[in-house]
Order: sequence, then structure tokens, then C-alpha cells
Amino acid sequence: MVWIEKQRNILDFALSSLLRRWGKNLALVIVYTLIVFILASIFFLSHSIKKEASIVLQGSPEVVVQRVIAGRHELILERYMDDIRKIPGVLAVKGRLWGYYFEPATGANYTVVVTDASREKAGSITIGAGVARVAGVQKEDTMPFKSSDGTYTTLEVADIFSHESELISSDLVEISEEDFRKLFSIPEGSFTDMTLRVRNKNELNVVADKIRRYLPDTRPILRDEILRTYEAIFDWRGGLLVVIFTGAILAFAIFAWDKASSLSFEEKREIGILKAVGWETSEVITMKSCEGIIISLSAFLLGVILAYIHVFFGSFFFFTFVLKGWSVLYPRFTLIPYVDPYQICALFFLTVAPYTAATIIPSWRAATIDPDSVMRL
Amino acid sequence: MLQRKSNIFLWCVAANILVLTLLFTHAYIEQKKVLPSLVQRINMVNDLQLTDLSLFTDARYTRHPSMADLNTAFQDHPLSLEHFPSGTFIAPPRHLMRNGLD
Repeated sequence: MVWIEKQRNILDFALSSLLRRWGKNLALVIVYTLIVFILASIFFLSHSIKKEASIVLQGSPEVVVQRVIAGRHELILERYMDDIRKIPGVLAVKGRLWGYYFEPATGANYTVVVTDASREKAGSITIGAGVARVAGVQKEDTMPFKSSDGTYTTLEVADIFSHESELISSDLVEISEEDFRKLFSIPEGSFTDMTLRVRNKNELNVVADKIRRYLPDTRPILRDEILRTYEAIFDWRGGLLVVIFTGAILAFAIFAWDKASSLSFEEKREIGILKAVGWETSEVITMKSCEGIIISLSAFLLGVILAYIHVFFGSFFFFTFVLKGWSVLYPRFTLIPYVDPYQICALFFLTVAPYTAATIIPSWRAATIDPDSVMRL
Repeated sequence: MLQRKSNIFLWCVAANILVLTLLFTHAYIEQKKVLPSLVQRINMVNDLQLTDLSLFTDARYTRHPSMADLNTAFQDHPLSLEHFPSGTFIAPPRHLMRNGLD
């Protein structure tokens, strides 16, 4: 009890000491909180998108086979399907029809897809909520599409994909095979790419190798690669946001280091007086460490709380301008709050520990000098 | 009780930790709550044979990063620089940074 009471007295003294220079310390806490807020927001945002992508894209095709000509993705011919079917272990091969449609009136890019469900439904389309928003259409309205031969095809909006699925369907236009081929003048027997199902999942790499060998102008893309792509592009170290904020973080690090590691004349004098009235060196160091902990812990807790609210309740509005880029059509979605405890711990040790440690060495130096000489400075 | 500065500070820290715990509990509850809709979305990806999220619709290699050409982001011209903001926000797909064909 005596020990606890002593620590509380030291804490009281540290708080009083901070309050004596409240303007400087408040500015420090605000900037510190802002840095933690930005870093934590990036962590929350990138981890949640990555996690959601890794779950949702589990449903993506096991293998996609593209044909590549002169480094460009090219239409793949039906005979490739026959060749791939002959590879042992291949269960099913399906031609996929999809492409992009640029709508000049709105400046938006749609992703047009033919699915098993829409293949036979000529004259009607199902659109993503983003398309409906940008084009200003509702269910049972019609949408004109300009074909590659210059004529217009009018299609009826049979349905709109749910708002909850915007992250995957916002820009989609699900169309029939007949309308798709007419719209883009794609001849029968040609597909955008192909998808495969393989009997044994362990043989995916073997099948991909065989495809590369038998059909050298193709490029198989495995589901694992799709998932790894999202793992890599939202790697928090890889984003431009982190690059931009690295400058700010470094500037803050220099400022905080300077503030924490060098004592002002007043602070040195204060330590001298404390020593003169009987404080031990260890008590002075504890008091200075307390000051560091008070500032860094407050900034850490406030920063993380504000970042959570910003990303998961405030739809990450500070980052929207970067995420949107030049997209006219952007999904409106709420992220599922996935929080990685490892990232929170890393953030804690990156923010609280260095600042607190930086306060110890100069206060130890000042505390070991003769009090008389410190007070005479 | 709140006469001592240390008490006020410790109560503030406790309140912050409580808020943080509540927020993380919220995260846990939300994760459980969205499970059915998540399953629905997985099925949708499977039915529509989708490969990418519709996050960035400004260029084809940002709309479908996993399907992007191997020469992205210099696809428009051998010396052209990346010009889409989202193309600079996201790192290039890993397979594009490896040597040779994947």
C-alpha cells in the first residue's frame, strides 16, 4: 500500500509538472494523437479490406486462363477449351464473357458480365447499385448501350444488386450472352477468358504448368494468386498514404524526440530542487517516465478510438478522396470491422514505448548531477 | 474522490480503455452479425465468377488488379508513367514484381 501511495504521489507530481507547461504539452498530445489516428486508420482500413477480400474472393474461380498476345489480354478461342479439357485432373472448363463499357454521358466505366443465370435472358440486365445511382435508373427502367458498330441497344433493368454487395457488384451490368456478343461484336466461339475446376486442389499448380506448356500463349491465374494480389496491394507498407504520412511521422518523431530527450533549463532546475529536498535519482526518473507515459498513453488511446470511429462509423471520409481516385462510379459500402490485435500491439509499442524511453536518459543525466550546480545554472 | 490529479487521470485512462473495449466488442458482434450476408456474397462471387472487388473503377488494371496485364502499369506506352491516383495508392500486384512469367 505504501508503495502504491508513493507511486500515486509521483503521478500527482508529474501531472502538476505537465500542467505547469500545459500549452506546450497540449500541443504535443494533439499532434501525437493525430499521428496515431492516421496510422491506426490506415491499419484498420487496409486490414478490413484485405480480410473481406480474402473471405469474399474464396468464391472466385479456381483457375482463370487468359490468352495473351503481344503482352495484352486477348480473346480466347473455343478450341483452347477442348485442349484444356484433355489435361488430366480438369473437371470442368467454362468460357467467361466479360468486358468494360464506358458510358460517355456519365463518364463511368461499367463491368459487363455474362453469367449462367443471365445467359439466356436477352433484352434484360441486372445492374449494380452504383450503376443505378450514376445512371439514375431504377428497376424496370431501360438503359441504352452503344454497340461497337455504332447502333444503340436498349435493355431493361430487371433487377438491381443489393446495396450490401456493393463492394463486389457496384459497377456490374449482368447481361445475356446474345446481347453481350451483339454489343461488343464478339464472334461465337470466342470468350474473354476461361475458368477451370480441378478435381484435386493439390494439383492446381501441376494443371497450371501443363496449360502453360501445351498452350504457351496463355496465362493461368490461380485463386491463390488472386487472394495474394489483394494481400499485397493493401499491404499497409505498400500504400501511397503511408508514403505521404511517413514525412509527417518523421517530422513528429524528431519533434517528440527533441521534446522528450532534452530538458529545458526550468526542468533541470526542478530536478535539482527535487534532489535537494531529498528525492532519490530513481524517484526522479520514475516521475519523468510518468510524464512520458501520461502523454503517449493518452495520445495512443485517443488516437485509436478516433481512428475506429473514423473508419467503421464515419466511412473513412478522410481517405475517400484518395480511394476514389478518378473513379466516377464508386461503391458505397460499410466495412466489416476486422481488427488485428497484432497491429494494435505494434502501434502501442511503436508509439508509447519510444517516447517514454526517450524521457528516461536525459532525466537520469540531470538527476545524477550535483543539485547545487544544477540550481546555480 | 476526484480531488487528486492522479485519480482524474486514472479515471480518464480507465474510461478510454472501456470505450476501446466496447469498440472491439462492437467489432466482434458485427463480424458475427454479417456472417449470413458474407456467405451470400461468397455465393454471389461464385455465381458471377468474379475475381476482384469493384473498388477502383477508373482503369482496367485497377478494377481487376489480379487479371491485369503483365506489363501494367506501363501498358499505354513503354515510357508512360502511372497516371491514375488509385494506381499509385495500391501497390503493384505481387506477380508483376516477380521476374519472368508466374
